[in-house]
Amino acid sequence: MTVLAQQILLGLLLGGLYGLAAAGLSLVFGVLKVLNVAHGELIMLGGYGAFWLFALLGLDPFASLLVVIPGSLLLGAALYLALFGFVVRAPEEARIKNSLLVGFGLALSLHALAVRLFTADDRSITTAYGGAVITLGTLSIPVIRLLSLLVALALIGGLHLLLARWRWGKAIRAAAEDWQAALLTGIDVRRAYLLAFAIGTALAGAAGTLVSVGYSVSPSIGLEWTLKALIVVVLAGLGSMLGTFVAGLFVGVAEAISAATFGGPYREVVGLVIFFVVLVLRPQGLFGRAPR
Amino acid sequence: MLEIQGLEASYGDVPVLRSVSVTVAPGEMVALLGPNGAGKSTLLGCVAGLVRPRAGVVRWEGQDLRTISPHRIVERGLVMVPEGRRLFGAMSVEDNLELGAFSPRARAARRQSLERVFALFPDLHARRGQIVRALSGGQQQMVAVGRALMAHPRLLMLDEPSLGIAPLLVRAILDALVEINRAGVAIFLVEQNVRAALGLAHRAYILEGGRIAGEGSGAALLQDAHVRRAYLGPLAVTGPP
Repeated sequence: MTVLAQQILLGLLLGGLYGLAAAGLSLVFGVLKVLNVAHGELIMLGGYGAFWLFALLGLDPFASLLVVIPGSLLLGAALYLALFGFVVRAPEEARIKNSLLVGFGLALSLHALAVRLFTADDRSITTAYGGAVITLGTLSIPVIRLLSLLVALALIGGLHLLLARWRWGKAIRAAAEDWQAALLTGIDVRRAYLLAFAIGTALAGAAGTLVSVGYSVSPSIGLEWTLKALIVVVLAGLGSMLGTFVAGLFVGVAEAISAATFGGPYREVVGLVIFFVVLVLRPQGLFGRAPR
Repeated sequence: MLEIQGLEASYGDVPVLRSVSVTVAPGEMVALLGPNGAGKSTLLGCVAGLVRPRAGVVRWEGQDLRTISPHRIVERGLVMVPEGRRLFGAMSVEDNLELGAFSPRARAARRQSLERVFALFPDLHARRGQIVRALSGGQQQMVAVGRALMAHPRLLMLDEPSLGIAPLLVRAILDALVEINRAGVAIFLVEQNVRAALGLAHRAYILEGGRIAGEGSGAALLQDAHVRRAYLGPLAVTGPP
């Protein structure tokens, strides 16, 4: 019983990262109607950013968020201007397939680049407080993963406020709902797209930083994280960042339970089962709105 | 101030507008009438920048609009209320109105604009916190007109504002348009309700098969034999029953 409870706790802590990873993908997909399959590679780059800031400059991984997030924002803006900005010129129904081509190309390039620059080794950040544990009865909570969960929650909360209150946040939501109507109210929709993509990339960078400290990064983690994020997005549905975060926690716990009951190899299966069941029973997701 | 000359537009290979010329002077209310599929919405789309014409000129205060992006056209005071309202349904009335004043020029005047909208549609003030999707069609149309007013228009274009709205509220919307026009805003109105539109407008154009088939003052067109037969007669189809 305690083993299961411990597994569920670890699943919850990992699920927070799933939620954060999915939020960026969900934002880009919901607003630009573009599926960025290179999202996991952007997470990978964020992870390397934090790793090198730690290895070369000795910067604490949580402090390095202050560098990685702005850096990822700029990277996102550059990627939008160089690649995805051309995809959104296509009619809405053609955007997804065009974005898949661009996304896979980008994913392969970033993967190859990372292998070349950083080698294929697993890297992770080990801080002085890396081994600290809070003991709660029979449960032990790794401090660093708990901090990661709290940071992820804070970022999601911040994103929610940004979209709800900020002038451009509202413009992003308007462009997501009806981009032509947004144009007719005087919103520069291209700029709203650029902002949404840059913010999505920043979220990926932040997620990568947290992955590199609690877990590990290598050039090949991208696909795995894209899939995890996609499962969470399908489960949550589009439009609610808090809902996406909750769905991330849910997937983390579901994985932990299935790994504890059926054995480690089944960890990955449960996510795909969730993916399938949600698409069949509730294609708009738990928190999404059914199309009118 | 709005000057459309020899406008040609097509969807793929199908021509929709053929050599259409229309003008709207400052402060004028002009109606654009015609059967479904005549190209009325396409004409408005060309002015708003959503549809790029194949040939012809769309000039606004002497400047060619054809290469200007839609949000910049709004900034210049040319604002459209699209068919079907196209509100941001998941947001509140207030958020929709606030988004209407997005361009810098409109933002500077948004307090006064908001007061003006609430004075025009007092109903909206009470409902400003409600989610737009929950409102009736007529109330939504008020929000749509209000959102356009927030952009501080000098020419307001409306595409079928009375479509699918309860008759009582149609009257309220049309009265509001007259009031907006009296305040100095020019209006270019596409309307299925031909009798009402001709009663309100200073001038009107008839668009049939992508061509201007007639034009004149509202009063003159109400007496015109072709208009009476096609749009006002007992068998005329002027919109959904």
